Amino acid sequence: MSKVIACIDGSQVAKDVCDAAAWASLKMKAPLDLLHVLDKDEYPKIDQHSDLSGNIGLGSREHLLQELTELDARRSKLALEHGKHMLEDARKRVETDGVVTVSTHQRHGSLLETLQEAELDMRLLVMGRQGEAHDNQAHSLGSHLENVVRAMQKPILVAVPGFKAPTRFMFAYDGSKTAQKALDKLVQSPLLKGLECHLVMVAEEDDKHVGDLKLAEDKLKAAGYQVNTALEQGDVQPLLSNYQQQHGIDLLVMGAYGHSRIRQFLVGSNTAKMVRLSDVSMLLLR
Amino acid sequence: MFQNWRNDWFSNVRGDLLAGTVVALALIPEAIAFSIIAGVDPKVGLYASFCIAVIIAFTGGRPGMISAATGAMALLMVTLVKEHGLEYLLAATLLTGVLQIGAGYFKLGDLMRFVSRSVVTGFVNALAILIFMAQLPELTNVTWHVYAMTAAGLGIIYLFPLLPRIGKVIPSPLVTIVLMTLVAIVLQLDIRTVGDMGELPDTLPILLWPDVPLNFETLAIIFPYSVGLAVVGLLESMMTATIIDDLTDTGSDKNRECKGQGIANIGAGLFGGMAGCAMIGQSVINVKSGGRGRLSTFVAGLFLIVMVVFLDDWIKQIPMAALVAVMIMVSIGTFSWDSLRDMKKHPLSTNVVMVSTVVVVVATHNLAIGVFVGVLLASLFFANKVGHFLIIKTEANEQETERGYRIIGQVFFASSDKFTSAFDFKEALDKVTIDLSQAHFWDITSVTALDKVVIKFRREGTEVELIGMNEASATIVDRFGVHDKPEEVEKILAGH
Repeated sequence: MSKVIACIDGSQVAKDVCDAAAWASLKMKAPLDLLHVLDKDEYPKIDQHSDLSGNIGLGSREHLLQELTELDARRSKLALEHGKHMLEDARKRVETDGVVTVSTHQRHGSLLETLQEAELDMRLLVMGRQGEAHDNQAHSLGSHLENVVRAMQKPILVAVPGFKAPTRFMFAYDGSKTAQKALDKLVQSPLLKGLECHLVMVAEEDDKHVGDLKLAEDKLKAAGYQVNTALEQGDVQPLLSNYQQQHGIDLLVMGAYGHSRIRQFLVGSNTAKMVRLSDVSMLLLR
Repeated sequence: MFQNWRNDWFSNVRGDLLAGTVVALALIPEAIAFSIIAGVDPKVGLYASFCIAVIIAFTGGRPGMISAATGAMALLMVTLVKEHGLEYLLAATLLTGVLQIGAGYFKLGDLMRFVSRSVVTGFVNALAILIFMAQLPELTNVTWHVYAMTAAGLGIIYLFPLLPRIGKVIPSPLVTIVLMTLVAIVLQLDIRTVGDMGELPDTLPILLWPDVPLNFETLAIIFPYSVGLAVVGLLESMMTATIIDDLTDTGSDKNRECKGQGIANIGAGLFGGMAGCAMIGQSVINVKSGGRGRLSTFVAGLFLIVMVVFLDDWIKQIPMAALVAVMIMVSIGTFSWDSLRDMKKHPLSTNVVMVSTVVVVVATHNLAIGVFVGVLLASLFFANKVGHFLIIKTEANEQETERGYRIIGQVFFASSDKFTSAFDFKEALDKVTIDLSQAHFWDITSVTALDKVVIKFRREGTEVELIGMNEASATIVDRFGVHDKPEEVEKILAGH
């Protein structure tokens, strides 16, 4: 049984994550699992009045253990309770959206580890672009997203605020290995069937690129998509952004992070830029 | 990776800075005291504490743990320093580091699982007693001033934190040291001070290769000491790491810690410091003061050297009595008082292991020997206990010409006598059936015992049939890789 797994937290984008997950779950006819991860490192730091007396007396170690355990217990209980409410809200929302098989899940640990454990059972991962910590900053990348995308082998649907069921998607294609893999996945997946496809490549207009594009177009057509193709020249991110606005695209599909972190550090990454600046939700294929 | 790094270092900056400072203040008297135990100048311990703390902050596997010059290690070097001098101690420190790195690569940190809880408790208690005993020379043949100052010092250490507001903000050992030093200066008391004990650092440490001949003779001198130092250093570090793991509810990389300790000791040896390891008391103080990350260890080391180099004229004047008071606090805090209370509840064998560890350490002044004895005793007790899990059921047929023996349980060196004596060789029988399908033969001793039984019956003219020999001896194999899979283990332990 492979599921659509949606990561829920207390951020504003959580409701969009729910909607996106519900949409995907219905399209793929896959059960939906709502996941909330309790990460101790992410708990708000309580400024405990620390004891700087620097002395240790009878049974200091035992007392300290007791004290720290109680502190953790209180924080964890609160977070646990809070998480349950969030999951309950999320469940109501997706049920209103029409999903029937919904399960909810709470796990302790770091988000990345938890998702890696759940990967075997996962068909699609849905998460928000940014979590609670970045709620007030539009167009900033959450602290987990890139790590998660790089570590996972499954497709990831990144929801941005204001998600609505998409009708037209744009597939950013550059002929690279990552993009070809993404194309194969796209052809097999039922998720985007019936949507209008815009196949866009940003590259020099030469024989190789035209050939690559034609090949991709044929593949998509064979899979039953209605395809519009464009080959454009210029800077990748602004160009794709423009195209998206002109054609009313409401979902962006691309292969993600084809290059190493070192290369990203040196020359930057189109994926990172696109994910950060996009106004619509994204489907990242690995 | 980058995020891990940031998390280890900068997730708790304010807490780490404060805690590191508190720890540094507490480290100074300890480093001086432990140098005096080892019989070297205070600067050797201070340089060691600086180097080890700063290096382990980067290389250690347990963020938030404090390592520096320690009493456990100092006790092991006493004779080396007395007979061969400081340079050989530095060489031994380097070799200790190399051995510990080796231990890290061979994953010897995993061996800690053989050190039982009671041995750990015994180790900690013995350490506390040794630290306390090391203070006694400062308290014998002295004037009443020293006693008064020590008592007043202890009073301040434990009562000062009870004061409202400032009590929890200023480290009380620091208050003790400052006040006692002022009293000694103002009253012009003629008592021993830190300055009398040897040279203090007035510069940053400098890189120096130990001045010893590089030959086999040197190796023969330092090697036994290095092995002891490496073992004790790793033991205390692993134990401390476990304590911090429990306190903070986080994990640590024990093998990385082994390697880190090694690198830190090599650094200490090259910069003129003595070997050290993790400190239980200081690490607890660090966590208690809010330290969690690597930054706290780093700050402790850095702050220590800065203070010592700039305040050396003042540190010289600290009366030994104040230092003794702080060290008594450390020994009280290190001792596991719960273990005394728990002695009533725990089984006798556990208490024997704990007490023997303590007695052996106090008698030999060598923690490694104590732990060895403790582990040995614990294993013997365990073997003895498991040896009881052997039942032999027997049944004869109606004519009493045939008899069946059914062996259930564990047969190994500790229970093979019981196994042999369960058979009645005097009984005149035609045939004996021994059913082993629910027995486990763990070693060659048990197989030999079985052979003896079979031969004995044969000599009496009895025919012997063995059932289930293959299942019984499946546990003999040493290749434990096979047993890692639960279903394999289940197969072998079937019927229990």
